[in-house]
Amino acid sequence: MPIFRARVQVSLRPSVLDPAGEATRAAAGRLGVTGISTLRIGRLVEVELEAPDRQTAQNQLELLSDRLLANPVIEDWQLTLREGEQP
Amino acid sequence: MTIGIVVFPGSNCDRDLRWALEGCLDLSTRFLWHEDTDLTGLSAVVLPGGFSYGDYLRCGAIARFAPVLEQVRRFAEHGGKVLGICNGFQVLTEMGLLPGALTRNQHLHFICDTVELQVSPGTCSWLQGYSSGQRIALPIAHGEGRFHCDPATLAELEQHGQIVLRYGRNPNGSVGDIAGLCNRSGNVLGLMPHPERACDPATGGLDGRALLASLRASVPA
Repeated sequence: MPIFRARVQVSLRPSVLDPAGEATRAAAGRLGVTGISTLRIGRLVEVELEAPDRQTAQNQLELLSDRLLANPVIEDWQLTLREGEQP
Repeated sequence: MTIGIVVFPGSNCDRDLRWALEGCLDLSTRFLWHEDTDLTGLSAVVLPGGFSYGDYLRCGAIARFAPVLEQVRRFAEHGGKVLGICNGFQVLTEMGLLPGALTRNQHLHFICDTVELQVSPGTCSWLQGYSSGQRIALPIAHGEGRFHCDPATLAELEQHGQIVLRYGRNPNGSVGDIAGLCNRSGNVLGLMPHPERACDPATGGLDGRALLASLRASVPA
């Protein structure tokens, strides 16, 4: 069965406060990196899975992203799928 | 009547709860391991505080898939009384038994304190021992207790009287000063404060007793 590799990027929805991002932004200023107006912290999840075909892999990964990796109440997710590559 | 206390890997308030219910209130309890699926004979189920599954991914996100919770969901849907305290509240929102989500405290601090709360019991079966507008003091201990929901959900919660506990002075940035929420049927309550830590005169306040004592009146679902 082909192996599919995916990256799921999970980010806080724009309406949700990100205090960790704000704290990091403040630290950037102390490092001397100025001019940062926005810094928001998300999560990158790398997945490898076996599936009979690309569509099945896509469906499984969408389910995974929407029901487990992200909480749609506070987070958005974006899926990037690459197929057929050996790990 | 017996109260089920769910124990996840990483729960740490399960024994406090047992002491509050048995030692302070003379109720009987049974621990439910996260893999248990038999809720027979239970008159209520409590999800305790702690760090279920290490709080990996998000607080409550992994716990939501524990076998015991599928049964807890059914139990709640049939009118059984379910209480989620702190991490238990986070689990209830991840399960969708209560709306919204609990996120990182506004100022990033883990807050361990005693806070004043205003109670609006409405039809919440857990809070009938309090009067409307009553002010009580309960301990909180959390890093991720900032309740978040969209404005439409907040309006709905207000409209249906589901915001049953509000902070007097908001410690964590929660939307609407929300400290605790009840479902519309009145049988599922989630709250960030710890009523089980305010039941024993040896450890301070007693304002949590009336909440847990409401179990004396409940019947098996």
